[in-house]
Amino acid sequence: MSPRRVAGAYLAEARSECLRYLRAPSFMLPMTLFSTVFYLMFGVLINHGNGDAARYLLASYSTFGIIGPGLFGFGVSLAIERDGGLLTLKRALPMPPGAYLLGKMLMAMLAASFVTVLLLCVGVFLARVELTLGQMAALLATGMFGALPFCALGMFAGTLIKGQGAPGMLNLIYMPMAFMSGLWLPLPMLPKFIQQLAPIWPSYHLNQITLAAVGLNHQALWPHVLVLCAFAAAFLLLAARRLRRYG
Amino acid sequence: MNGRTNVASLRGVTKRYGAQVALHGIDLELRRGELLALLGPNGAGKSTAIGLLLGLIRPDAGEVELFGRDPQQLAARRRIGVMLQSAELPATLRVGELLRLTASYYPEPLSVAESAELAGIDDLLMRPYAKLSGGQKRRVQFALALCGRPELIFLDEPTVGLDIEARTKLWAAIREHVAAGCSVVLTTHYLEEAEALADRVCMMAHGRMIHEGSVDELRARVAVKRIRCLSALPIDIVRGWSEVNEVRRDGERLHIGTAEAENVVRRLLDADHALRELEVHRAGLAEAFTELTRDVSAEETAMAEQAA
Repeated sequence: MSPRRVAGAYLAEARSECLRYLRAPSFMLPMTLFSTVFYLMFGVLINHGNGDAARYLLASYSTFGIIGPGLFGFGVSLAIERDGGLLTLKRALPMPPGAYLLGKMLMAMLAASFVTVLLLCVGVFLARVELTLGQMAALLATGMFGALPFCALGMFAGTLIKGQGAPGMLNLIYMPMAFMSGLWLPLPMLPKFIQQLAPIWPSYHLNQITLAAVGLNHQALWPHVLVLCAFAAAFLLLAARRLRRYG
Repeated sequence: MNGRTNVASLRGVTKRYGAQVALHGIDLELRRGELLALLGPNGAGKSTAIGLLLGLIRPDAGEVELFGRDPQQLAARRRIGVMLQSAELPATLRVGELLRLTASYYPEPLSVAESAELAGIDDLLMRPYAKLSGGQKRRVQFALALCGRPELIFLDEPTVGLDIEARTKLWAAIREHVAAGCSVVLTTHYLEEAEALADRVCMMAHGRMIHEGSVDELRARVAVKRIRCLSALPIDIVRGWSEVNEVRRDGERLHIGTAEAENVVRRLLDADHALRELEVHRAGLAEAFTELTRDVSAEETAMAEQAA
């Protein structure tokens, strides 16, 4: 088969994946609106013009919002498609296996960017956080690529759970992880052992990068980027192995 | 069988799921331009055999080949079309979009319009998949199986939920493809479907191939013929004849099962001059099927009892 037709298969798969979720917004919308609503409540309504708090919360709710599409978009859809036989059919068809994953990844990145743009709008226009164009672009880029490690985590979770129970199970990962890495309350306000434990969560490392993007973290970022890359690679490998073996 | 006429094969394939043995070293060959029906009760190992040929699972022992390759290679699967009974396609995608997506996996697919016409779904292209009736969904799935110009099509229970007219249409479309040189593997619960379509029938039970041959050969293996007539003969007299395997009365009508229909008919006519509406039938696939699977169950039970 010509490389052009193979590329066409990748494109068609990505297009279908995006189309089907854009037409069923109820699947992605709760995930994308969650963090915006939180930010409106805690960053704008309750916050009464504390600029630093609004800036800090913009970063941490961005992190919270970026995780959702990757974790749920991948985890829930994979769990349902494994259950409903769609994955079996796709594995039997000559679909390039990468196309399936790339399509879902693209959709998660799109949704994560959408969340980040929403939060940026609330931050800039309602909470009056002053950001340079560079900072906005940095946060947006973090949103897009920061979704990837959580796609890997979601994908691995999706190979372990099946069917309609998936959203509940994934929330059991999402919510505690968000809390323990300081996305709801700043880490210094949390008990000592939670602070010490924080670096084991990928969300903690992503949060360090979003904080840097809005100008609140001036330390070196490469250790966090490295941890996230390693995390993504590890879960991708685990998930790919399980998918190949068990489908 | 040489490589040219053989499109796919299982050779001495064993598959276990934990302690459960799903396939006991089975052999199966699919030939070019032939429709093979794979029959058997649930749990016989049909899905496992198909799963192996599609590269969904790997054998514990033995060899699986699809067009001379490992079925897990894309190059092998680009020559097949697949219709799986259980697959839930994306609900919000339109039929035309599903066809375009599936066609994109193949090197030289049919156009959307061509595959839609073949499966009789021209009028459905703009409809979202979720809005289709059960029968329409089956036809769309059939179109998806055809759209890549496959040389071998796997059809898993293709006519479940179809009305008689739709079923006949689908059968005609399948026959056309076989006539054009395409091979088909059909798994079905409807024995009349296998009788209507199959060149060859493989019957599975308990993870073994218990019969392989044409529909006629399979019928011949079950020598039983059915005799029906309206007669006042007491059932006990008929039961006493040595040629009669079984007899049953249903109002005025007698139902007799026998391997020697000619002799039984002669005796019937001698014994009852008022006998009317005499019919003799050869056993259908359904009888052959029950008979053969019962033999296997009986053997297995006997073996288990011996072992115990």
